[in-house]
Order: sequence, then structure tokens, then C-alpha cells
Amino acid sequence: MSVDRATVHRIAKLARIAITEEEAARLEGELSGILDWVAQLDEIDTGDVPPMTRVADMKMKMREDVVTDGNCADDIVANAPEADDDYFVVPKIVE
Amino acid sequence: MSDLTDLTIAAARAGLDKKEFSAKELAEAHVSAIEAANDALNAYVLVTPDRALQMAAESDQRLAKGEGGALEGIPLGIKDLFCTEGVVTTACSKILEGFTPHYESTVTRNLWDAGAVMLGKLNNDEFAMGSSNETSAFGAVANPWRREGSDAKLVPGGSSGGSSAAVAANLCMGATGTDTGGSIRQPAALTGTVGLKPTYGRCSRWGIVAFASSLDQAGPFARTVEDAALLLNVMASHDPKDTTSVDAPVPDFTASLKDGVKGLTVGIPKEYRIDGLKPEIAKLWDQGVEWLKAAGATIKDVTLPHTKYALPSYYIVAPAEASSNLARYDGVRYGLRVDGDDVISMYENTREAGFGAEVKRRILIGTYVLSAGYYDAYYLKAQKVRTLIKRDFDQAFEDCDVILTPTTPGPAFAQGEISGDPLEMYLNDIFTVTVNMAGLPGISVPAGLSGEGTPLGLQLIGKPFDEATLLRAAQTIEEAAGPLKRPENWWTKAA
Repeated sequence: MSVDRATVHRIAKLARIAITEEEAARLEGELSGILDWVAQLDEIDTGDVPPMTRVADMKMKMREDVVTDGNCADDIVANAPEADDDYFVVPKIVE
Repeated sequence: MSDLTDLTIAAARAGLDKKEFSAKELAEAHVSAIEAANDALNAYVLVTPDRALQMAAESDQRLAKGEGGALEGIPLGIKDLFCTEGVVTTACSKILEGFTPHYESTVTRNLWDAGAVMLGKLNNDEFAMGSSNETSAFGAVANPWRREGSDAKLVPGGSSGGSSAAVAANLCMGATGTDTGGSIRQPAALTGTVGLKPTYGRCSRWGIVAFASSLDQAGPFARTVEDAALLLNVMASHDPKDTTSVDAPVPDFTASLKDGVKGLTVGIPKEYRIDGLKPEIAKLWDQGVEWLKAAGATIKDVTLPHTKYALPSYYIVAPAEASSNLARYDGVRYGLRVDGDDVISMYENTREAGFGAEVKRRILIGTYVLSAGYYDAYYLKAQKVRTLIKRDFDQAFEDCDVILTPTTPGPAFAQGEISGDPLEMYLNDIFTVTVNMAGLPGISVPAGLSGEGTPLGLQLIGKPFDEATLLRAAQTIEEAAGPLKRPENWWTKAA
């Protein structure tokens, strides 16, 4: 098993997904299965191979440093579960 | 007149010009077909008949003035991954429940600007993660095809399963899809439709719900190769809003369709002849080789030595990018919110309730491989393997113009048949995923039927931005295969 129960809980915490002990037990097996399977990549020597960063050879595009959009606060908060006067409302963070 | 929903896009567009029928009649025919079929197939998650009829009326006005666009009056279905202004877009996830975009994706904007008519939003695997459309929050889609002598519901493939089923069942003339590891080509193969994944960068990703950004690409579904070319003509564009969108001219992809394959060299990669390859798939592949040879192509064996590493490296890259992309669903800005004691538990409860099992699994895998200390061993390693996969193709394309392979390891399977082991489902993409890893264009063309009487597809892989040659070769296969059987209509309920 490449992933133990504690690791499942740790990554679920990092991913901000609440999971039950039952789910953690199932995920322990599933995640280990997937990670054991991808471990076959260790067979390949990638020592001097550069990572792929783009699929087509092209220069990074630059854009003009100008305002092209904005003044649409209503549009931005329109889908919020809770909004107040162009602000997103979240549970209290600072005591 | 025969049923309007049975026409190809090319024939319908010509018929509109000749005033044989109106865009309104075309839209109405599709709206009633959907109404009668959707309970059985579940291909659409949202039907927009009022919008369709309104757009069709505008098309009729433009046609009357002789100002019809390339797709004027053509009714299309849109995968629910494309943001459509004022029309709910959920990626078939509970976490985006009720999300109504205030903007339009570039690809759909291009389609509407060319006169196309929107029929509604099509079902897909949640966030496009799946190969059977069974992970959708709206439930599974039924393939219009069934096994001979059986009424068991088969899957239409995934993730674009609503798109493939709707096109196969004449519930739209064409549809949009997205393909991250095979999500256009695999469902096309399983439904007897044509599905094209363009070169990465050919179509703008702007306004498409992101899954794995270095792999995602939009493309068309249609019933003929020519229709797929007509759709790609409009969907492809250079878009400054997507930095990966390529500033390359978009040729008329229909122009060289009839040029045939004489003078072309077709590569056959031996690595795709995997252990346990089903005899009927091997036979179909051989048949494809014979067709292209008979049409004047030169056949050449090529080698793609890193093929077997494409799927495992995909299952690092895609979940890693997904875990980053899906971090935005936090119950603050859109979609579902489930309250908690504090902000952190609000995040955790929202994401626990909003994401389905497969999406959670991939987010967790992605979080793990990107977590402190593991980046080099997983993500960086996988990106290096991608370079090797790309080099294999570069090398192969020195000796050939297109590559021919099967699209899938088998025909459509039944709903619920593959659900226990996630790895078993992942293996469905074994022939398609290499193309995404290398950023190349690929197309699936219907080529025959399985022993069960269900469709099988052949895949062609092209050089970067050479969709034109890909489509030429696809057209040759389509012609050689001849008119294929259509699924028998079991899904339409009596009016």
C-alpha cells in the first residue's frame, strides 16, 4: 500500500474535502492501486529529458498592458451563494 | 420529404438556401424529437426550445436577406462544459448547481455568430471525468445502440456521452465535445458517430469549464466527416483570451476532403497491437489498412515505443491539473454552499456534498502527487515522459503523414458493467490518451460493427495543425466503409 489511512486523511484535509472513516478506508485501497500502477513510470530513465511545457512551439504571447474589462461587479457576484452590496459573504474569519 | 432530423449538416444547409424548409421547421423537428426521446436516453440535461425557436427565426430572416452564415439555422447540442450566457451550465456536477454564466465561451460564440441554433445542454461525466457518462450528477445516458437481441442499456462512452448519443439518435445535427484523454473519440466510436479532437491550441478553451488545462481541447461530433469539417471550420479560431490558442490560419477543412489518400503514407504503430487485443478490433484495424491501401495510400510500420506509459503518466498529469482547477469550487463565488462551523468546514462540507466519487478520487490523487516532496517524483516525471511520447510521434511523422489505430479496445459496454475498479474504466482510453499527451489532432470514424451488432471506430492521428490531412484520410475510410447501419429507434415514445 503506497498510501495509508493517515495519508488519506492528510490529503483530504489539504484538498478541503470532508471524508468519513468509511470513505477513507475505500480510498486507501483505490488511491494505492492507482499509485502502484503509475509507479511503472520508474522503468523509464528520464534523467536528461526536459519536461514538456508546451505542445506546439510558440512564443509566450504578451498583451498590451491596458484595461480591457471591468466595471461588472454585478455580473461577478450574481452567482454567489451569498453576496452583499458587491461583496462575497463568508463565515466570520477574524475574531 | 424525409425526416428533417435525418439530414446531414451539409444537406440541411443547402436545403435552407434552396428554401426547401425553414430554419424554424428544422428547429421544431429537433425539439419534438428531443421531447419524445429524452426520457429514454437522458442525453440532454437542459433543453432550450424557446431559445432554439428564437434563434431559428433570426436565421430565417438572415436567410431571406441572403445573409446566411456557414452554419445558419443548423440545430446543435452543446456539452454542459461550455459556458452559455444566461443558460445554466453545471459541468454535470452538483457543486455548480444553478450556475448561470454571464458570458459565452469562445467556441459557442463562434457557432452562434455563424448562425447555428442552440437546442440545449448535453449530459457528460461530472467535470468530464469518466469514460461512460455514468459519473454525471444528472444520471447516466443510454446509448441509442443496443446489443442484438438484448434491451440492456449500453453506455454511450464518455465523457461527452450526451453529445455522442444525441448525434447518433438524431437529436441534433452536430454537437460540441471536449477531449482531455479521449472524451470525444471514445464516445464517437461507441455510438457510430464521427468525433474530432483538434490540435491543442486550435480551438479556444476560454469559457469551457477546466479539467486538465494542458490537455483539454474542444471539438465536434457529427454523423459524417464532412459535417465534422464544417463544424471545425467555425469552432476553430485564434482567441487572445486564451494564451494557448494558436495564431495560425484556419483553412477551409472541407476543401481537400475529396482529394483521397493517393500519395499519403499511413503509419501503423505496432505498440497498439496490445496483449489481449480483441480479434474483432484487430480485424477492423486490418480492414482499415486494406481500405487505405486500396485507395492508393502507402502503408508503413512505425514505432511509438513509449505508448504503454501514456496512460499512467496521464493519470498523474490530469488529476494534478484537475486538483488545481477544481480548487475554485469553494462555496464562495458560485454554485453550492453547505454551511459549517467556520470557513474551513464550510469549504470541506461544500466539497464533500458537491463532488461525486470519481471527481473526489481524482482531486485526492492530484493533491497527493503535487504535495510537498512528491512533485519531482510524479508531476515532473510525468511531464518528462510526455516529452518522450511527443518525440516518438515526431519521429514517426518523419516517415508518415497520418497514423491509423483502433479508437477503443472494445465496443460499448452495459451500464454498471465496469464500476468496481477505477483502473478498468481508465483502460478505455488506452488508444486515445497518447494523442492528448502529445497535443496532436485525432479523429474517430465509424468503421464497422462488433459481433454484438454495435459500432466500432477507427482512429486517425495527424501532425500538429494538419487536421486537413486527417479529415481527408477519414473521408476515405468513411467512403470505403460505406453507409453503415443506423441504430433501430427504440427510444421515441408515442406522441
